[in-house]
Amino acid sequence: MTAGNGAYRVVGTRPVRHDGVDKVTGRARYGVDANMPGMVWGKVLRSPHARARIRGIDTSRAEAAGQVLAVVTGDDFPDPGAGEAEANESGMQSLRYMAERVIARGRVTYEGQVIAAVAAASVHEAEEAISLIDVDYEVLPPVLDVRESMQDDAPVILDDLHTETGGVFDDNPSNIAKHFIFEEGDVEAGYAAADLVMERSYSTAMVHQGYIEPHNALAYWNQDGHLIVESSSQGHFGIRDELATMLEHPKSKIRVLPAEIGGGFGGKTTVYLEPLAAVLSRKIGRPVKMTMNRTEVLIGTGPAPGAFMTVKMGVTNEGKITAVNVDLAFEAGGYPGSAVSAGCLCCIGPFDIENFRVDGYDVVVNKPKSHAYRAPGAPQAEFAVDALIDEICEELDMDPLEFRRLNASKEGDLRVDGTRFHPIGNIETIDAAVATDHWQSELGESTGTKRRGRGVASGYWLNGGGKSSAVARLNGDGTVTLLEGSMDIGGTRTSIAMQLAEFLGIPIEDVDPIVPDTDSIAFTGVTGGSRVTYATGWAAIEAAEDLKDQMVEGLADYWDVPAESISFDAGVFSQNGTSLNFTEAAAALQEDGLEVVGKATASPNAAGNTFAIHIADVEVDTETGKVDVLRYTALQDAGTAIYPPYVEGQMEGGVAQGVGWALNEEYVYSPDGRMLNASFLDYRMPTSLDLPMIETVIVEVPNPGHPYGVRGVGEVPIVPPLAAMANAISNAIGVRIRDLPASPREVQAAVANSA
Amino acid sequence: MATEILSGKVHVQTTINGEQVDFLAEPRESLLEVLRDHLGLTGAKEGCNNGNCGACNVVMDGALVNSCCVLSVEAAGASIETIEGVASPEGLHPLQQSFLENAALQCGVCTPGFIVAAKALLEENPNPTEYEVRWWLAGNLCRCTGYDKIVRAVLDAAERMRAEA
Amino acid sequence: MATVHIPTPMRVATDGVARVEIEGATVRDIVDRLEANYPGLGGRLVEDGQLRPGLSVFVDGANVGRRLRTKLQPDSELFFVEALGGG
Repeated sequence: MTAGNGAYRVVGTRPVRHDGVDKVTGRARYGVDANMPGMVWGKVLRSPHARARIRGIDTSRAEAAGQVLAVVTGDDFPDPGAGEAEANESGMQSLRYMAERVIARGRVTYEGQVIAAVAAASVHEAEEAISLIDVDYEVLPPVLDVRESMQDDAPVILDDLHTETGGVFDDNPSNIAKHFIFEEGDVEAGYAAADLVMERSYSTAMVHQGYIEPHNALAYWNQDGHLIVESSSQGHFGIRDELATMLEHPKSKIRVLPAEIGGGFGGKTTVYLEPLAAVLSRKIGRPVKMTMNRTEVLIGTGPAPGAFMTVKMGVTNEGKITAVNVDLAFEAGGYPGSAVSAGCLCCIGPFDIENFRVDGYDVVVNKPKSHAYRAPGAPQAEFAVDALIDEICEELDMDPLEFRRLNASKEGDLRVDGTRFHPIGNIETIDAAVATDHWQSELGESTGTKRRGRGVASGYWLNGGGKSSAVARLNGDGTVTLLEGSMDIGGTRTSIAMQLAEFLGIPIEDVDPIVPDTDSIAFTGVTGGSRVTYATGWAAIEAAEDLKDQMVEGLADYWDVPAESISFDAGVFSQNGTSLNFTEAAAALQEDGLEVVGKATASPNAAGNTFAIHIADVEVDTETGKVDVLRYTALQDAGTAIYPPYVEGQMEGGVAQGVGWALNEEYVYSPDGRMLNASFLDYRMPTSLDLPMIETVIVEVPNPGHPYGVRGVGEVPIVPPLAAMANAISNAIGVRIRDLPASPREVQAAVANSA
Repeated sequence: MATEILSGKVHVQTTINGEQVDFLAEPRESLLEVLRDHLGLTGAKEGCNNGNCGACNVVMDGALVNSCCVLSVEAAGASIETIEGVASPEGLHPLQQSFLENAALQCGVCTPGFIVAAKALLEENPNPTEYEVRWWLAGNLCRCTGYDKIVRAVLDAAERMRAEA
Repeated sequence: MATVHIPTPMRVATDGVARVEIEGATVRDIVDRLEANYPGLGGRLVEDGQLRPGLSVFVDGANVGRRLRTKLQPDSELFFVEALGGG
């Protein structure tokens, strides 16, 4: 298998996706649509307090109520013990903390934490029943701010949590779960060589992924011990494995069905309702379905951490960066495990800097336990660095793209973890940005209170590989049924099938991709880390190769020639002047009684890093503080774009989420730790009216670590918008915005303070 | 046409996608719950349950509504169109075809709401501007696409439908 | 000799030295010799005979995960990196 971006037949085309018709007609079965005969409904009781001890839970009134079928609390689950387990794409997690996040054991660390669950015949009856559960709380004052939580005299949220630094744990409990440090070169010498040293602090708010489909789970615990679970997740194998751990149940007796998923963005890579529905079902012997409402999704699942960040940078008068310090403090939420480590690794990725020190702090606060959100950790961290760079460029009177090109990281340069870049498309992306009509265009005049500004920002994301499985079954008519293990979150059935079709030289319409349940395909990792088109695509290519090799073997017998004498090119098998096209070959093999099944489990580990540049034009109404996005261009290196309309779609969607993060979205809390805006009315996500058309430019620098040059594409486009928007607003109003979101209130205040 | 019966449930007669439908519902149940949980019409989705996301859009007596904010008993005597009634035996509606060809969906969970809403727009205004499409669809949240391809798909479908008319 | 990059917070055990040259046929050999040369360092990398939770090993630019038995070339380059998640 060789890399390259030569002439492809299928790769780079724009077929209609295989699951499209089901999704435009309303027929697709999402997790929320799952049902079974005899199904009943579960609902949970959530803590109204952000921090409390649970002195007791009295379920007797609920259990006595006629409509209630079952009640469960933390006592109905196995004791998690003291171990750790690999969580579904979230690094190592304490089993106890994972278990408490599903259902509390003796303490509450955020508003919305699950206390108990009930099952009843209808959702309304279940909702009524939870009000019959009496909980005796000892309410404690919450810690809501990351800086406050890091103080020595801050109340300790988890008395069993000790700060870890490089494998060593502090003796005293602390709210700082982990201190990451990455240092190379000589930072002080770098500052000494600088003509300008600037230091600024930045903050971003806790925000939610905002997928439209709430979390859901349907579970049926059969009397023979088999547990069947249907839920929408970004990885049904991860759901199975977390259930096996949490319920101490054999993996072979858990079958997870992959429902269609209505958005995830990292937030659906772990269990919330699945274990509760399973244990309720075991108690009553009937299928139990649970869904969250929107308020539960906001307060009870895993938003992205808010962050407080300080960046110090030295540059020469020519604009060369000589040294940088980045300090990142992230809100993990009620249990440890924020994305701060990835924030550390990404924060200076677009820049070649020899002297750096990056410190990351994973800090618990009494807010929901944060979880992955699209390029987790990178948007916050890179916002701080890119916003400081914009101030430096202003000070140096230097073009911000010229500054980025001068300092651009390239192959062989040092990464934060000390390793070096493989071939990357950073400089190519910057050059493409300079060449855009947008960058070359005039911004247009500011008039009166309507001030215009332009901002640019960089983005960098690692991308992931890991284990994926695919099975390709040859049908007698020459079509192929492709089983692949990755949950399809938005078009990857097709991007994977296209790679198989490319290899076999057959039309994409002749491939029918499906995502089977956990019993019917081998392990496949989570749909996250921008890994699916890369790693599962790789598995599909290997499965195609296996299928082709078996066809060659079969044809060697059919033709009675040595297999080595048969060549295969563009879907045609040939030997000694005789040829069979793919369909004819399939028919011949079927006639011979052969059943050809190609399969592969691949674990590729050379995902290519990826880069983006975004350009934003805004108009700020200085009277109201409202920011309108006038024009927006997103560029990124996709490696080879397998399925371009969905590469563009990822870029456009990332921009929309990033603009929301920059302008409006935030968790707003009362002093006692209750979220004040837990609905879609008050948690303000961008609508169609808030955005312009989004111009996209796909740069293609193939990844040598993939047969067709794939890099991941899904995550990096959410990285630049925070700084691009903040820089554009600052350019418009002449005042720096360092705390996001730049909501009308904040912008208006910034303008007023500067007057 | 809405008659309370002994169980506390109400007997409702309504018309859905041109067919007469009878159902029993508790007075507190929304039209969305009845469509999804009693009638098996799961194309309309619950995204927020308070009228802010449009995932549950249906047309009721010619008006675009959020079915999560309509009580099921209000459907008595009404004529309701859902996503399940948009395609015909002859094939997909031009909007559905246009959404597919313009890649105007990613996860697809908001798509039924967008198509129902866009169909209502094009019935009222067959030649909308980009701004008019954005204004009309501002009640529908999509978190995947950034709306770009959705707006293009609606404009494209409008053009196809004008050409066919 | 393999070149081993010591993670920054563990350099307290190496008197601040960031890179050390060590002979070893496998990653496990390297860890054992690091412990012999810099007492306490091995325990930061390995726990109960396995790579400490949350760490991955990169050998010559490739992530080999948690496989301590991974064989090395004479001039291999090793990194111990904190594992992380994606969305």
